[in-house]
Amino acid sequence: MENSITHTEHRDDTASKMGMWLFIFTELLLFGGLFIVYSVYRSKYTADFHVAANQLNTFIGTVNTVILLVSSMTVAMSVTALRTGNKGLTLKLLATTIFFAFLFLVNKYFEWGLKFEHHLYPGSELMLTLKRGELLFFGLYFFMTGLHALHIIVGMILLIVIYRKIQTGRITKDDNVLLENGGLYWHLVDLIWIFLFPLLYLIS
Amino acid sequence: MEISAIENSYLKHGTKYKGILGWLTSTDHKRIGLMYMYAIMIFFLVGGLLGGLMRLELFRPGQDYITAQTYNAVFTVHGVIMIFLVVIPGLAAVFGNILMPIMIGARDVAFPKLNLFSFYIYIFGAILAISSQFLGKGAPDTGWTFYAPYSTDTNTNVVAAVLAAFVLGFSSILTGLNFIVTIHRMRAPGMTWFKMPLFPWSLYATAWIQLLATPIVGITLLMIIAERWFKIGFFDPNLGGDPILFQHLFWIYSHPAVYIMILPAMGVITEIIPTFSQKRVFGYKAIVFSSVAIAAVGYLVWGHHMYTAGMSVTARWFFSLLTFIVAVPSAIKVFNWISTMYKGSINLQPPFFFTMAFIFNFMIGGLTGLVLGSLATDIHVHDTAFVVAHFHYIIFGGMGFAFLAAIHYWFPKIYGRMYNNKLANTSCALIFGGFTLLYFPQFIIGLQGMPRRYFDYLPKYEWGQVFSFFGAIVLGIGILIMLINLFKSARKGKIASSNPWGGKTLEWTIASPPTVENFEEIPIITEGPYEYK
Repeated sequence: MENSITHTEHRDDTASKMGMWLFIFTELLLFGGLFIVYSVYRSKYTADFHVAANQLNTFIGTVNTVILLVSSMTVAMSVTALRTGNKGLTLKLLATTIFFAFLFLVNKYFEWGLKFEHHLYPGSELMLTLKRGELLFFGLYFFMTGLHALHIIVGMILLIVIYRKIQTGRITKDDNVLLENGGLYWHLVDLIWIFLFPLLYLIS
Repeated sequence: MEISAIENSYLKHGTKYKGILGWLTSTDHKRIGLMYMYAIMIFFLVGGLLGGLMRLELFRPGQDYITAQTYNAVFTVHGVIMIFLVVIPGLAAVFGNILMPIMIGARDVAFPKLNLFSFYIYIFGAILAISSQFLGKGAPDTGWTFYAPYSTDTNTNVVAAVLAAFVLGFSSILTGLNFIVTIHRMRAPGMTWFKMPLFPWSLYATAWIQLLATPIVGITLLMIIAERWFKIGFFDPNLGGDPILFQHLFWIYSHPAVYIMILPAMGVITEIIPTFSQKRVFGYKAIVFSSVAIAAVGYLVWGHHMYTAGMSVTARWFFSLLTFIVAVPSAIKVFNWISTMYKGSINLQPPFFFTMAFIFNFMIGGLTGLVLGSLATDIHVHDTAFVVAHFHYIIFGGMGFAFLAAIHYWFPKIYGRMYNNKLANTSCALIFGGFTLLYFPQFIIGLQGMPRRYFDYLPKYEWGQVFSFFGAIVLGIGILIMLINLFKSARKGKIASSNPWGGKTLEWTIASPPTVENFEEIPIITEGPYEYK
């Protein structure tokens, strides 16, 4: 049909933000399942967990925590910058955030790499000789930080897309809900790490 | 003039593309709903045929047609298809999509593109589920529950099936999210929360369960995959893990999932009864609050699947109590339905017959649920055919019949045409009769000790299996007649008026079938949804 009727564009920023919050809620519940498993096994194998946690590199963990906290700040600043109409600053702050995300992954790569060098990885023969609690700790460590790193990657891609959209003017001062949602997602990634860090690195 | 209603409707107008592409790229909630419906029908027939294959094998004791291993695969695939592909998306994705926006006076859902995206995730999950049957080292044989540690040990293709369930869960979450935001933000002016029709209300409660429960099973399924690939040992006692923990995590989702199936069904029934009684629904607020209560309490009863699995007495006592409590709001609804009919001018039409069958089945299913929810009796009937009969009474007898009621109720709205009443009534009678003949004997042989998921049995259970087999045949014929009737009528049926049943909710105020935009002008709501004179 030539005279096909198209849907009227419908824009509702409150709805978009609400949708994002609900989605963030489901992400928290996803990790919530892991936190349950963590708490069950930690209470069952308290001593093993403490011994195993000693093996983690608290220094890299701390550096990554600082990196994520700062990146959360820069992404929040980019939202404010866009609201005041400063496109150049927005892009710079966003690029900084993306750079920090990348830095986090680099650190993670070296951290995991070191573990692999010591034959500490899921399924290795050394792992199977460990005490049961230690085995579960490392299993949880790799699973939780791995899933978190996956979220970092997703967040990074999201921020890169948003960066492009600001560059090409599809996200503007008056239509900035996408940036705000991207920022919200990035805060979620940060928030989860804030819980992972003490639970995995600081319990020894 | 009325033919032009069809010509002007969403069925003929869509996107810039013509034909099938116009459907596949459409973000129109009605088209997406219909696509879900056709997909679900196909999967239902596949799942149903697998169920028939099991009945055939069980017709006589001993091995007749398929081996024990094949039988295990068949009941697993039957379960995965029916649960994850048919009943969980069933009413919400089909009738929720087609009608909820219209019933609240909106032009579409809040996120139409996301809605189409959910559909494609669903199809992707479906492909994964089906492919798990053919790829790898044989079809999964764990049952749809994927209980560890067997699911982490067996050589069959569990990963694909588990991944499918994960992907489908994601689709379900996005649909739920979409509906919650739609209902919050897009109700027509004047439609306060308590002027909203009850089907959207039930979808709202359902959407919250989808959102709150599905992530838990998502992460649990990922843990199963990680365990199979990397030997992490979350659920393997040899590696320090705890298989009971898997059961907990699994049922934290999968019990609420039962309410994801049945709540929208109750919503459909609550729409149909006032229309065919021409009377205001009895206890509107009681129905609203019972939906919310079912969603809330239903989240906390998962332990009743695990009475015999090893839980403390306190935990079992607690879960049993909560199970009895969740029965109360369900019963409130039944009382409300009956009271709505009281002194109404009942109009005996096919949707109403399906609704009656629903209430009858749902009561049997619900009350036998209490037998299973009691600590002592559950020990006797746990893992028997009694359980099989119970949940088929809820899922098929309840949700399935509500689906059929919904399709007969909204058929003229969706297609703008009417089906053959006589054939519809015949199919209803056959489906109900076949269903009863199929599942009721399973209660009895279950009580006598027939275990579930066994492909062989003692001769004393043979009579029940024979009855069930013939019930399945009658049921199949009924479904076939119904499908023929509906498919023929969708193309060539008599043109239906915009309000053939005299309904009062918003979908009956617009053309049949609706235009792409649903409403020329968004209506302003001044009174409740069921104000019959």
